[in-house]
Amino acid sequence: MTNAPVLEASGLGKSFGNLRALAGVDFTLHPREVHAILGENGAGKSTFMNLLYGLLRRDSGTLKLWGQPYHPASPRDAVQAGVGMVHQHFMLIPALTVAENLALGTEPGTPWRLDLRQTVCRIQELSETYRLPVDPHARVADLPVGIRQRVEILRALSRHARLLILDEPTALLTPQESADLFEGLRQFITAGLSVILISHKLDEVLRTANRITVLRQGKSVGTLNAQDTTAEELAQRMVGRTLVSVPDRHEPAGQPRLVLQNFRVRGNPPLSLTANAAEILGIAGVEGNGQEELVQAIGGAELAAGTITLDGISLAGQSIRERQESGLGWVPSDRQGEGLVLPMDVSENCTLRNFRKAPFATRGWLNLAKWREWASTLITRFDVRPPDPGRPVRNLSGGNQQKVVLAREISGRPKALLICQPTRGLDIGAAEFVHAQLRELRDQGCAVLLVSSDLDEILRLADRVAVLYRGAVVETLSRTQLSRERIGLLMMGGTHKAVVA
Amino acid sequence: MSGWRSLAWTVTAIGLGFAVGGVLVAAFGHDPWLALTMMLSGAFGSSFDFATTLASSIPLALTGLAVALAFQAGLFNIGASGQFWLGAIAATWVGYSLPLPALVHPVVALLAAMLAGALWAAVIPGLAKVHRGAHEVITTLMLTYIAVELGHFLLEKGPMMTPGFNPESPKILESAHLPTLVSGTQLSAGLLLVPLCAGVGWLLLFRTPLGFGLRMTGHNPRAARYAGVSPTAATLLALALSGAFAGLAGGILILGVEHRLHNSFDVSYGFTGIVVALLARNHPIGVIPAALLFGALDNGAQAMQIFAEIPANLTEVIKGSIIFFVAAEGLGRWLFERRTRLEGVGA
Repeated sequence: MTNAPVLEASGLGKSFGNLRALAGVDFTLHPREVHAILGENGAGKSTFMNLLYGLLRRDSGTLKLWGQPYHPASPRDAVQAGVGMVHQHFMLIPALTVAENLALGTEPGTPWRLDLRQTVCRIQELSETYRLPVDPHARVADLPVGIRQRVEILRALSRHARLLILDEPTALLTPQESADLFEGLRQFITAGLSVILISHKLDEVLRTANRITVLRQGKSVGTLNAQDTTAEELAQRMVGRTLVSVPDRHEPAGQPRLVLQNFRVRGNPPLSLTANAAEILGIAGVEGNGQEELVQAIGGAELAAGTITLDGISLAGQSIRERQESGLGWVPSDRQGEGLVLPMDVSENCTLRNFRKAPFATRGWLNLAKWREWASTLITRFDVRPPDPGRPVRNLSGGNQQKVVLAREISGRPKALLICQPTRGLDIGAAEFVHAQLRELRDQGCAVLLVSSDLDEILRLADRVAVLYRGAVVETLSRTQLSRERIGLLMMGGTHKAVVA
Repeated sequence: MSGWRSLAWTVTAIGLGFAVGGVLVAAFGHDPWLALTMMLSGAFGSSFDFATTLASSIPLALTGLAVALAFQAGLFNIGASGQFWLGAIAATWVGYSLPLPALVHPVVALLAAMLAGALWAAVIPGLAKVHRGAHEVITTLMLTYIAVELGHFLLEKGPMMTPGFNPESPKILESAHLPTLVSGTQLSAGLLLVPLCAGVGWLLLFRTPLGFGLRMTGHNPRAARYAGVSPTAATLLALALSGAFAGLAGGILILGVEHRLHNSFDVSYGFTGIVVALLARNHPIGVIPAALLFGALDNGAQAMQIFAEIPANLTEVIKGSIIFFVAAEGLGRWLFERRTRLEGVGA
């Protein structure tokens, strides 16, 4: 095989109305290469990818695929040219089997009878070649997310894709599934395919890609070899400025604020936790080990036995609203499903949990002027973009949605803050902002209970860490005892003794 | 899609609905312009016609308001007809059995109608939903049949039976009558209650904490709970309010037009109310023009049938088409938002 580039883009541009989504992207993909496209939310990654896959048409610039001019007018053209794409949100029909999903669009056999034998053979063949084991007869609905993604990849391969585009492929995967995926990518390269990997995760890109092109504000701001660069350099290019690393804090934590004793939630073993004033208590654990139930119970949405006190006052028996009024802030893990009302606007969401109180409501009437005023204040303080109180939060990016939730909960000056998965789905800039806010809140004396399945986040922020395994706290570690290995082992259910031994 | 764009689409949908009707009229060899002119003159041609149109839109506006309010809280009160019947029963009973002074009597009767409708919607469907998760579409609809049969029982074998061949209640007392606004028509003073109720509904939904909680529950019940709104209270309140307006519609029809309950009392208003609410996009003020349109269609169709010899049933086609196109806006919006999604920037 020659070493001529697989794909060459130069000066690609695309505008939507006044918005220049792409403003000059240069990009070269070599054969047998994993080439990552890195950029923050809104940097133009998706637009670029949609141009490649024929979902959008470019306004300017040139695009060559295997040396030929490439003008895909639809995904069908792209598929015929040998381009395959795996979307972030899978395009599979859950009720159908793997083979049926792959046969969609071609429907082999007679019009009266679907003949899947060939499809099944093809799946088995591809599964073997690329080491992507899948049962062709399994119903997609019954498959875990990682396998569904595998089916998506197999579909692209079965259509003879020579260039595979993966859009945020690890967004929904567990660490193990991600590792499997990247193992698979190596197989593709060996087999002569090329891969474009869209991502905003630095570590992932550094580990898996050969080269990395960084996009910022619709422009390509450089292509780097993965071996020759560092996470810091990439982050700086993505954000366009140097990220400040916050020095560790050494001030002692204060008095106990949020205290749980023999707190028992829905069939889980009883647990005890203490979050002190001016402290971030991290709750680490593999997702599904009782975090969500615990959080719902602390917030007041689920029943629990045992004692729970905030500054010595019992919260047991209080409703969600009473707990909030007692000084418990809460940022739920499911931002869109619980923390916000998406069709409502920013000002309504900023007042979501205070709408009955003065000055937002006086003598039984809403004071909407105050709502807007308050929203404008929060928008300025938390830099919510676009700065429009009347915009439905549905139309905000994930980062800005999270800012709205955080602004609302922090601005109430809570005594304790319950915050779950605070930076899930956020890009670096937004995550950095959220972290800074949490540190500031802690320094003001708030007891922060940080529940996160992102170990790096816990290690970066937490002053102490409680590790949750099967609903129980297996160990609480202080700052000096923290190490990735130790927490990792505890998260898998290893006991303290096992760690020492 | 919201605001002006949504209003523009509604107007377009109405236009398209009429266009479909016109094509059908032409296809059957009639003159569509003649049909339209006859319909318009039948609905608005004289003060008598206009008053009749207004009269038939009163119950539609109120049942539409009832359905819209429940919808705003995420509840589909498909059984407004049942609550409407209960309102009529209560108003009739108060109307003939309680001797009250003239101005007080209709007020008491209408309050009774609202209370009966509210209880009919909130007690069984509301509590069943809150405690057992029974879906309100099933319960309110089933209770409509029960309401109608309850009425028949009361009139045929029960305490409201009057001697004679017709299953009907005694006439309500003169003191309970709602005054007629245009003599010779069925237009009663109940008309004045329509903007009042719509305004109250709007204020409640958009200007009070109570309404904010209801709307939040309608959009996202989990978020509403997180915001401290009790789902139980929101469900019961929304159903009670909805039932109260449906009951009021029944009460007004008794006090202003029928003056007694009889076996063939109309149940279709509650169902048409669903369509009115749909056309109004569940906006409390929007139900007024929506109800006027349907009132005018019904009324104009009679004139069209008489003078242009085109079957009045054509209006059903027009109504159906309008609803189809209004609902198709969902399709339009879906296409529109899909396009913006695909063209959206960044990951």
